[in-house]
Amino acid sequence: MSQTAPTPASLRAKAEDQAGRLPPLLARAEHLAGTVLLGEHGRRRPGLGDDFWQYRPVQPGDERRFIDWRRSAKSDTQYLRQREWQIAQTVAIWVDNTASMRFSSQEDLPEKSERARLLSLAVSILLNRAGERVGLAGTSLPPKRGEGQLVRLAEALSEDSDEDYGQPETSGMTAHGRALFVSDFMGNIDKAKAALTEAADRGIQGVILHLLDPAEEAFPYRGRTIFESVGGTLAHETLKASDLRDRYLDRLAARKDELRALCATTGWQYGLSHTSDTAQSTLLWLYRAFDGGPLK
Amino acid sequence: MMIGPVGFAAPWLLVALAALPVLWFILRAVPPAPIRRRFPGVALLLGLSDDDTVTDRTPWWLLLLRMLAVAALIVGLAGPVLNPQADPNERKTGPLLLVMDATWASARDWPSKTALIDTMLSEAGREARPVALLRLSDPEAPVFQSAEAWRTRLSGFDPQPWSPSAVDLVEVADTLGDEAFETRWFSDGLARPGRDALLTALEDRGQVTVYESPIPVIALSPATVSDGILNLTASRAVAGSVREIVVEAHGRDPSGAERMLATLPLQFEEGATVTSGELALPAELRARLTRFEISGQRHAGAVTLTDDSLRRREVALIGGRQDREGLELLSPLHYLEQALIPSADLLDGALIDVLPANPDVIILADVATLADAEQTLIEEWVDGGGLLLRFAGPRIAASDLSRSEEDALMPVRLRAGGRTVGGAMSWGEPKTLASFSEDSPFFGLDTPEEVTVSAQVMAQPDPTLASRVIAQLADGTPLVTRKRIGSGQVVLFHVTANAEWSTLPLSGLFVQMLERLAVSSAVALPDLTEMQGTTWQPVQVLDGFGRLDDAGTLPGVPGENLITDAIGADLRPGLYDGPDRRLALNVVTEDTVIEPAIWPAGTSVLGLARPNEAPLGGWLLAGAMLLLIADIVASLALSGRLMPVRAAALVLAGLMISTPADAQDKPALATSEVVLAHVLTSVDSVDQTAEAGMRGLGETLFFRTSVEPSEPIGVNLETDDLSVYPFLYWPVTPEQPIPSAEAYTKLNAYLRTGGMILFDTRDANVAGFGASSPNGQKLQRLARALDIPPLEPIPEDHVLTRTFYLLQDFPGRFSGRQVWVEAAPADAEQVEGMPFRNLNDNVTPVVIGGNDWAAAWATDTTGNPMFPIGRGFAGERQREIAYRFGVNLVMHVLTGNYKSDQVHVPALLDRLGQ
Repeated sequence: MSQTAPTPASLRAKAEDQAGRLPPLLARAEHLAGTVLLGEHGRRRPGLGDDFWQYRPVQPGDERRFIDWRRSAKSDTQYLRQREWQIAQTVAIWVDNTASMRFSSQEDLPEKSERARLLSLAVSILLNRAGERVGLAGTSLPPKRGEGQLVRLAEALSEDSDEDYGQPETSGMTAHGRALFVSDFMGNIDKAKAALTEAADRGIQGVILHLLDPAEEAFPYRGRTIFESVGGTLAHETLKASDLRDRYLDRLAARKDELRALCATTGWQYGLSHTSDTAQSTLLWLYRAFDGGPLK
Repeated sequence: MMIGPVGFAAPWLLVALAALPVLWFILRAVPPAPIRRRFPGVALLLGLSDDDTVTDRTPWWLLLLRMLAVAALIVGLAGPVLNPQADPNERKTGPLLLVMDATWASARDWPSKTALIDTMLSEAGREARPVALLRLSDPEAPVFQSAEAWRTRLSGFDPQPWSPSAVDLVEVADTLGDEAFETRWFSDGLARPGRDALLTALEDRGQVTVYESPIPVIALSPATVSDGILNLTASRAVAGSVREIVVEAHGRDPSGAERMLATLPLQFEEGATVTSGELALPAELRARLTRFEISGQRHAGAVTLTDDSLRRREVALIGGRQDREGLELLSPLHYLEQALIPSADLLDGALIDVLPANPDVIILADVATLADAEQTLIEEWVDGGGLLLRFAGPRIAASDLSRSEEDALMPVRLRAGGRTVGGAMSWGEPKTLASFSEDSPFFGLDTPEEVTVSAQVMAQPDPTLASRVIAQLADGTPLVTRKRIGSGQVVLFHVTANAEWSTLPLSGLFVQMLERLAVSSAVALPDLTEMQGTTWQPVQVLDGFGRLDDAGTLPGVPGENLITDAIGADLRPGLYDGPDRRLALNVVTEDTVIEPAIWPAGTSVLGLARPNEAPLGGWLLAGAMLLLIADIVASLALSGRLMPVRAAALVLAGLMISTPADAQDKPALATSEVVLAHVLTSVDSVDQTAEAGMRGLGETLFFRTSVEPSEPIGVNLETDDLSVYPFLYWPVTPEQPIPSAEAYTKLNAYLRTGGMILFDTRDANVAGFGASSPNGQKLQRLARALDIPPLEPIPEDHVLTRTFYLLQDFPGRFSGRQVWVEAAPADAEQVEGMPFRNLNDNVTPVVIGGNDWAAAWATDTTGNPMFPIGRGFAGERQREIAYRFGVNLVMHVLTGNYKSDQVHVPALLDRLGQ
């Protein structure tokens, strides 16, 4: 989060600007999250919790105080009432906020960063409702529960970075927690690899959401062109852009494969989404990915 | 200035071509600077090099394009003209007379003649020569006026179907005046009297040039009949090499439409000018002929019309009941048969059977009683133009026919009993015939003395009697009476048709009288005396091209003129209606001989072909513009800025071809694969959901069943062919338009031939398909015109519950229970021991529900569900059941009642002896 030294006036303007952006982002994220009606975030197995899970015949070794007499009175055998295991998880979210994410190829498409923030905040809302603790990767916002945490999350997610390409942050993540990485992964893949491996080493399971603009998938450019990164640090000139298309797409496919393979070895979930898709279907996928439900 | 066949109006402009090399250097511009684009993927581009570098100079072909454009511009402005006609050195002055024969023989190359005349008129207009146009077939005194005035009238000039007579040509020569002028004569190539005199008169006034087409004239003479075989003769003006022609016989087919009935190929031998052939046609077919024409000849001489002379009249003979063994000579029909056989076709049979053949004449010999049905039919037939000829006899005399009231099918009332004169039991001599009066159709026939009448039926004196008598005895008693009904007539001979009551049937007069009554048809042309005083009305007339036109208001023609006069403006060739018959007047008669025109030596005779003057400037300038447009496109393409232009071009092209292309592609795809289709509703979000739903259902089918649908298709009910889709999903929205009547026709055909439509009101069926929800109202309005059988809520044993999965609920995004399908037949009953009834034998044509199935099925292209269903795990379960319903539905569509056949399993097992 490198920023130029703030003067009081600019700080205030910026703060107001940020505060002005917060409620809409939060509202839209709430709205998006509202389309997914969740039950409590159960583990689908018996354990400690409030909700009823199943009746089970009494087996040797069960304590008598656990017998559900009302159920047992209806039959000859005795039953235990089991509850669903509900346990709060810790989820750390990393959203790429670098310059390359602030790109949209068409006016009616959202920027990648905008979509990434919306999705991660909506997921946070859902996770928060499900009783999980959500925070940002890194040390800036440790995982907590509650509505207040969502406001802080929205605030933290709204910050921009001037760097061109970002890499995942793994510091401050709870061992054996869950994680969500949202980025376009256009930068140095080795750093992303290192971060992911490190997280996996610490027993962290998670989801990678590879967010791309349709133009990055199609490369619809022709003629003599100078391509510049959004931050302006990289440039590449070509005389015939259409010739580069196939080789660019090969490289992009290779990168996707690399990420996919990495996820396969570390047990993470890999998802590819485009800003032209609806946010809702991506959110549904994210929710399922966290829920461990059926994935397609 | 001339270069080859091209002349230039402003040749000095061509000097500018010398400046082209200079332009070559100026135009070698460097292509524009590259575009800068922001693109995050640049990190992946680093290190990629261009395969082939684009030159930084304008490519040679673009330069060439520009050079060509400029060159075309310069040459175009220099005013080039191909085959320039008007050479200033040969500029002609003085008035110009264009003479056209404009006869039927000119019609064969009329377009090229008028085109040439038009060219000459425009030339004369440029040279400011006064022009006169003279048509010899329709002569007027030549009036010299501006060429433009004639050009506007030229398209109205048509060739006439007659030829000018020698008298006409002399009159024309008299009107020429004294002024000198140049003459161009467009001849039809045929010799005719008086032509040389006119040529001399024209040559006296100036130079004469003759234009003649080399196309030979072929004419067709009228067809004649001998022994039932048609003879056709064609002749040509110039005896040339072997030539084959085809004569087409046109007529009406049984439905009354004009069509070609037969063809006859004819061949001119080498050196011969005449050829003829025979055409044998059944009498039925021959009676329907209307004209013959030589195939491919577009003039009136190649057409010959037919009239009654080709027809043999059909006569139905109906005798009274034969109550004694046939004595041939006493048969009431014997003499009639003998009289009619040579000239008419006789029909035999019961009255009811012969009427549908629509005979020309029905003869009832001594028939007193007709059944009511027969009476009505005959009245209709007479009213439509039939001739009913009745003969009296003992039965009529003994009956009450037309006794107190005049019978509709009798011309007069009859007195009881009749009378007998000159017999053994009566006084007096047998009566002879009085001579025929002037208004009788028999007027002019001799009344031989030996024809006597010894018995007859008597007409009751009535006010109308006098006007109905057309032949009477010497004492004034009516012998033949006639009454007109509609356009037909009823004629009664007051004697028998055999020789019992009179000797009339034995005489030649009997045959003549039948002929006059047009019972038998006279083959020969009526003679002059017969035609005197008659008036013939033209019905259809031929024009110069041999086309038949309605005669319109043309006046009638005196009968004698038809025979004596030559055809002309007052006597047009065509069909004429006269008393009781129809006559055809043809352009070429049997006597016509066509001969080629022989022009005196020294007359210059030219063909019609002539190179046309064509200004090229406009084409060159247009070409230059096209090249410049191509240059713009090419320049944009070179600098990589073509995208918007190309997009615009694509949109344009798409607008032009999208509909037909879609219409062609969709069925092609749908016929090669199973395709789930949805009806386009014009509401984008609904259509997208429907498409996604079909895609999701298709994926599910693909993974779980052997049905492997391809990509779903949106169907436009107005334009697309529905028959290739097994299944249509129709989301109901209040906004969608009601399909047109044609679309409903297609939809009903689709439903009747085994298609299925799933109507989805998408409102959870809150209104129970009543009119209280907008979607329900819309559904009612959409389905009103559809051919939908009675419906019922889906019964528990419906085949939809077990085509693939066993189901009892059919949820979509909502889980309403009410789904309606075609009602089971009323007699369907559950048989003891069977799990379900034996229901409908086919696929239910509609399934109506409101559970928004498409939303439950919808997935995006990566296979993720697009809409959340229900709460948590229960929601996922609901989605799964929705998919199962979709699978069942498609299975039901594709396999029909296959699963219903399980009802027969016990019986089958029983038969197998298990």
